Parts: sequence; C-alpha cells; structure tokens
Amino acid sequence: MAEIAEGGDNGHGKKGKKRAKKGNPRIDMTPMVDLAFLLLTFFVLTSTFSKPKVMSLVYPAKLDKNDEVKQPEIKNAITFLLSKDKIYYYSGKFYGKDEPSPTGPTKLSETDFGPDGIRKLLAERNEFVLTEKLTLQNKLKSKEIDTLTYDKQLIDAKKDKKSLKVLIKTDDKAICKNFIDLIDELKIAEIGVVAPIDDDGFLEEEKELLKQKLK
Amino acid sequence: MPKLKMPKSSPSIDMTPMVDLAFLLVTFFMLSASFRSPEPFEVSLPSSVTDKDIPKNALIVTVDKTGKIFFNVSNPEAKGEVLDNIASTYNIKFTEDERQEFQMMASFSCPVNKLKEYINSEAEIRKEAFPEGIPADTSEALTNELRYWIQFGDAAARNTGRTNFEEAKMKNASVKIDDFKPKYILRVDGDTEYSKAKKVIDVFRDLNLNNLNFITSMEIAPI
Repeated sequence: MAEIAEGGDNGHGKKGKKRAKKGNPRIDMTPMVDLAFLLLTFFVLTSTFSKPKVMSLVYPAKLDKNDEVKQPEIKNAITFLLSKDKIYYYSGKFYGKDEPSPTGPTKLSETDFGPDGIRKLLAERNEFVLTEKLTLQNKLKSKEIDTLTYDKQLIDAKKDKKSLKVLIKTDDKAICKNFIDLIDELKIAEIGVVAPIDDDGFLEEEKELLKQKLK
Repeated sequence: MPKLKMPKSSPSIDMTPMVDLAFLLVTFFMLSASFRSPEPFEVSLPSSVTDKDIPKNALIVTVDKTGKIFFNVSNPEAKGEVLDNIASTYNIKFTEDERQEFQMMASFSCPVNKLKEYINSEAEIRKEAFPEGIPADTSEALTNELRYWIQFGDAAARNTGRTNFEEAKMKNASVKIDDFKPKYILRVDGDTEYSKAKKVIDVFRDLNLNNLNFITSMEIAPI
C-alpha cells in the first residue's frame, strides 16, 4: 500500500525550520480510497436507473344506467377478450348462434403477446395508419411539413374511417399486466380509438365462448 | 532454480488512476441518483414503451397485489388542504403536528376513522397495523372514502396548480395552464386482478375524470 516516504534524513533530530522536501512526497491514500469506494458502493446500490414512466389512457365517459350499450357497427373494429395470460379476439360485429349473419356465428381466435402474435395482427389490421405515419415521417424528414402539422395529420389519420378501432373486454381473471401490455401494443400499432368496456358490456354469448375456450 | 526472494517491505502501488476513477464514478452516481421516498408497499410495475415522465402535480392511487388501495397527493400544500376537507366532512380534528406529519407522509392506506391513529404510529409498523386500505367498495355516500379523497384531492391540486401557474407566468409568459393541472395516476401491481384495479378506475370515472395514467417501467420500443 501507499505510504509516506520519509524524505531524506530530516525525520528526526533537526529542529527548527524544516526544509522543503525534494521530489514527490507520497501521501497515504488508503483512507481516501476506502471512503471513495464506500460512497461508490452506496450510490450504486441506492440509485435507480430507469425512472418509471406514465402511460395515459382515456376512458370513455360513463353512461347512465338507462342507456343501452350498443355494439359497434363499424366494420374495421376488433374486440379483444382478455383473461389471465390469454387473449382472444374477433373482428367486426358479434353474431350470436341464431342471428343471421354473412359469415355464420362469430368465433373467437386466440393470439399471444409475442411479436408474432398480437403485434403482427395489429400491424396488419392497422396498415392504413402505419403507412400514413411512414409517409408523414418521410415528409417531416424532407422538411415538407413541420412537427405541428405532422402531429395533427397523424391524429387525423388515427381518427380516419379506415383506421382500426379497438374494444377491450376483461373478465374477472384478467390481471393488470395483461391489460397494460395490450394497451402498450395498441400504442405501438398507433391505434387511436381504444375503448375499455365495462363488465355489463360483456355479452352472455361472449362469456360462454370464452368459457369454452378456457377449458 | 534460484529461490525467489520475497521483497521485504510492502511494495507501494500508484493508486492515483484508481482513485480518479473511483471519484469519477462516485460523482456520477451522486449526481444521477434520485432518492425514492420510502413507500409502505412493494409494487412490481408492468412495462410499456411510453417515455412520458411522471407529472409533478398528481393524485396517485396505488393498488397492490391484494387489492389494497393507497392514496397520495404529490403536492404537500394540496395534501394539507385535502386533510382539512376530510376533517370537516368526517368531523375529525387534527392537530397542527398531525397535519404536518400527514403532509410529509408517503402514500397512506387506512380508513378515515383510523387516520389519526395511522398518523401517530411509527412508519415501520403502519403496513402491518392497518391492513384494510382505503375503502372504495360501496357507492354510498361517506363509505366510499376513496371517492372523497379523490374529489378533495382534485380540487386542492387544481388550486395549487393554478397558483403555481400564476407564479410561473410572471417569469415566463409562454407557460401553459395544462402543464399545471393535476394528473391522475394509477400505480397497479402487474399481478393485480384487473377487476380490483377497475374499482379504482370506476371511482375516477364516476367523478368524470376519464384521462388516467398508468405508471410503468420503461421498455425499449420495437423498430
């Protein structure tokens, strides 16, 4: 370890004026190093690297109890049914067993949270907005438009008829992580219209289909 | 082979670079560290790709794994005002010391009738001593306490937000009032059942506060 080197022969004996030492005096740095590492360890252990962030989600305003819950009539809507770590979906309107429909009664399809599951699905369905976003980004790069117009046009694209609308229904077993993951995927896919539906919006037949799938 | 001679005195090493590095790291961690206020619960956050920071003026409702509800107002002034309102609604008197302790407290979790006891107990035992959380079950008046906390919290946070906005406007005319309005933050554990979080969400929605923010840890966005 580092030590104080006694410079020359003036360590003892001579009193009175000390002469300035020649050469580099060595200082014992051990305590300083100890302290530095102590502090270092402390800060490494206590610091949190990634600050938590917030993800905003606008819920639809509450309806009066007397109002009827209407099924979406829009064509390009997709409904997700969420259960614990499982996610099912169907597109468009829900057709019950006995209802007349162009394609027969609605069936649930399963997907997962992997990159080939829901992300791919949403990217395909919401191609309109994603391509729109790409062209807007290119325009922004070549400085045809400024950021304000970019933001405005992107919002317009998200509201467009051709963009995908999403409804989310959660059953009583679904956990928050699933829900937030789903919302996250929707953000990645640039989906503007998201509606988490209340429990009473869950159709009986949907519940039954979900039960059958979960078995 | 000749025997290796061991050096008699301990060899001295030049520690200057090491010390330099150590202090550099110390400085870095000291400057980048932000201390977490000790919260009386653990919540494992789900992750998302959003990069919005947590707003300064906020009402924070936490739901832990078991569905226990915690509440906090980030602005201490507003927090004091909330306590005054709660005190007059439920006819409880708080001393000045209790009010101050309440303002300093992290998120709390207890029914209003035990709040006095909660404030006066040691921070370490609060978690075990008060397992109930804030009641939010019924929609009846006065028993849905979370509703009152949020309602008063919102009003108080709006007031302080407005005062802060006036002050900031004096210095810089370009500030927007929207940045000072209170935000509503939900901190849910990833493993909480959504139906439990929904209870809290419904309280917010009953008060017509529909724009909620979920706290998440950051995740890298796919390209």
